[in-house]
Amino acid sequence: MSILPQIIFLIIFALAGYFLYKRVAYLKRNILLGKSESRNDQPEARWKTMLLVALGQQKMFKRLIPAILHIMIYVAFIVINLEVLEFVIDGLTGSHRIFAPYLGDLYGVAMNVFEVLAIAVLVSCIAFLIRRNVLRVPRLVKTELKGWPAMDANLILIIEIVLMVAILTMNATDQLLAARGIEGYVLLNGLFFSELIQPVFSGLSDTALVAIERFAWWFHIVGILAFAIYVTYSKHLHIFLAFPNTWYSNLKPKGEIENMPDVTKEVNMMLGIPVEGADEPPAEIARFGAKDINDLSWVNIMNAYSCTECGRCTAECPANITGKKLSPRKIMMDVRDRAEEVGKSIDQGGAGLEDGKSLLGDFITKEELNACTSCNACVEACPVNIDPLSIIIQMRRYVAMEESSTPAQWNAMFQNMETSFSPWKFAPTDRFNWADQLKNEELK
Amino acid sequence: MAEMATNGESPEILFWVGCAGSFDDRYKAVTQAFVKILNKVGISFAVLGPEEACTGDPARRAGNEFLFQMQAVANIQVMNGYEVKKVVTACPHCFNTIKNEYPALGGNYEVIHHSQFLQQLINDGKVVLKGGGEFKGKKITFHDSCYLGRANDVYEAPREVIKALDVELVEMKRCRSKGLCCGAGGAQMFKEPEPGNKDINVERTEEALATGAAAIAVGCPFCLTMMTDGVKNKEREHEVKVYDLAEMIAKDMGI
Repeated sequence: MSILPQIIFLIIFALAGYFLYKRVAYLKRNILLGKSESRNDQPEARWKTMLLVALGQQKMFKRLIPAILHIMIYVAFIVINLEVLEFVIDGLTGSHRIFAPYLGDLYGVAMNVFEVLAIAVLVSCIAFLIRRNVLRVPRLVKTELKGWPAMDANLILIIEIVLMVAILTMNATDQLLAARGIEGYVLLNGLFFSELIQPVFSGLSDTALVAIERFAWWFHIVGILAFAIYVTYSKHLHIFLAFPNTWYSNLKPKGEIENMPDVTKEVNMMLGIPVEGADEPPAEIARFGAKDINDLSWVNIMNAYSCTECGRCTAECPANITGKKLSPRKIMMDVRDRAEEVGKSIDQGGAGLEDGKSLLGDFITKEELNACTSCNACVEACPVNIDPLSIIIQMRRYVAMEESSTPAQWNAMFQNMETSFSPWKFAPTDRFNWADQLKNEELK
Repeated sequence: MAEMATNGESPEILFWVGCAGSFDDRYKAVTQAFVKILNKVGISFAVLGPEEACTGDPARRAGNEFLFQMQAVANIQVMNGYEVKKVVTACPHCFNTIKNEYPALGGNYEVIHHSQFLQQLINDGKVVLKGGGEFKGKKITFHDSCYLGRANDVYEAPREVIKALDVELVEMKRCRSKGLCCGAGGAQMFKEPEPGNKDINVERTEEALATGAAAIAVGCPFCLTMMTDGVKNKEREHEVKVYDLAEMIAKDMGI
């Protein structure tokens, strides 16, 4: 028997591994364009969050129908990957269904389970395609999805359908060959779903069946490897990043906005409060707030790469619901797009961050930032704990403190607060007037 | 507070009135209602009066971190000077800022929203409700404020307070963690909304009116303004009233 297929498999497998490694290194570098931020406290709570939210899909169940369709694909993805292990061993050693003799009857049971899951994936993917393209669920057809994002979503669903059809075709032809007593094929105790499509192939010759079986096998395994690489270019990256993303969740109350210690130091010095290390010159002239991705935290950029553009955030956003330009999903897509632009530029020896563009202005406008009510609906809605509000606040800080270009009415509010310690223009001495009114009332 | 400190008294709680509670004509009524309840129950409390400054919440959310911290540090100095331990406020924005954001600047207090405080008073039997007041048996809906609900996971306390009034609490479709903002958070209270096709408070008010409630209960000065304006926009202000929780309790107590 020729070992050529094994050599080809080894080469494909090694190449896929190499490309994946390069892509992971690239993504890691892009994420680390963000500022460092330590989020390693409370490991117990972090594991728990990851198990519940990522592994357990807790937040998906706020919307029942997509949650059920999604969990079928998710379970299938995890379980069918066990079969991929067999594919790889078979590919490398030239064996065929290497686990079959070891598992005995259990092997047939496992294959039936895989087939049930393959059918579940088919059903879910078709349902998802219908939701996107026929029912046109509002959050799945918003303007920010026009072009590549919509194409990306449909491609993923179609690839998954094709991969599942390949598995079923492979099983159907393989079992036909086994039934005909061809050497090397293991007859299993009936595979429910693939037997249903056997009539399509039963009239073919042994040679044709072998060819189809082999083609389906190669198509499935090469397809999976190619898909793994494709995922790193796609919104579908959430299948891996959901885990670290939830582990590094913000565990503080959602209403709390991160303090800026640099500002505290200056404020304390202004107010004459003793400051530790006040004599040391500042290490570098820091920029207040975020203008570009390198001003954000690495967690913000990881959030962006974890986003699968489901739009639950945007569907819950009060600003978006009432027709404002802000869409939390677009904020995340913009951060990722800018990180991609900068990353590619750096790899090509280009200007990188110094390309004259920035996240603020070229991707996200002030109108979008100014529309946010900081209500945390987007944060609450995200199934993988992405925090668009953190990015919006950091960018507002840049606009307010570096550009001084907040809306005029906010400037007036700032001025009132500076002069009369209230956002409204009232005399601070009038703060207690309500009590006088109360006393007068009681006297009456 | 200054007066009590001079007399060597230390009150049980500091009632943080907030800017709306001090200056907004409508919300001053809420401040007065809450104070009447405190007096009736005999809680020893103090207010900072002219020594109180804005917590800085809208400045921080509009991006002006310097201004926020100037306000915050000044307030913390005052509160620490009086050795304040426990703060109660009727404003979820003040509540969130003092509770979650002041600790990083050296202000550590036990902070309670007035809905939680009222619930405690009711549970402890200190506030005894007649349950036969003007709200009895009527439909009331509660609008969750973002800074009480999602921001700090306080969903039940205000509902318990409303239920104690012997009313029929009806929920809007978007409630609790899915509650829709009134449109005022994130410093929106202090500027016109960005261009869009609808005002957020109108969207929310429509939802509240759809429940058929006779009154909309809120626990936040900004929500009170936004919902009241929303009801006016829908020209329903003669049938549907917007109340703060403290007002409803005070009314029921006949004070």
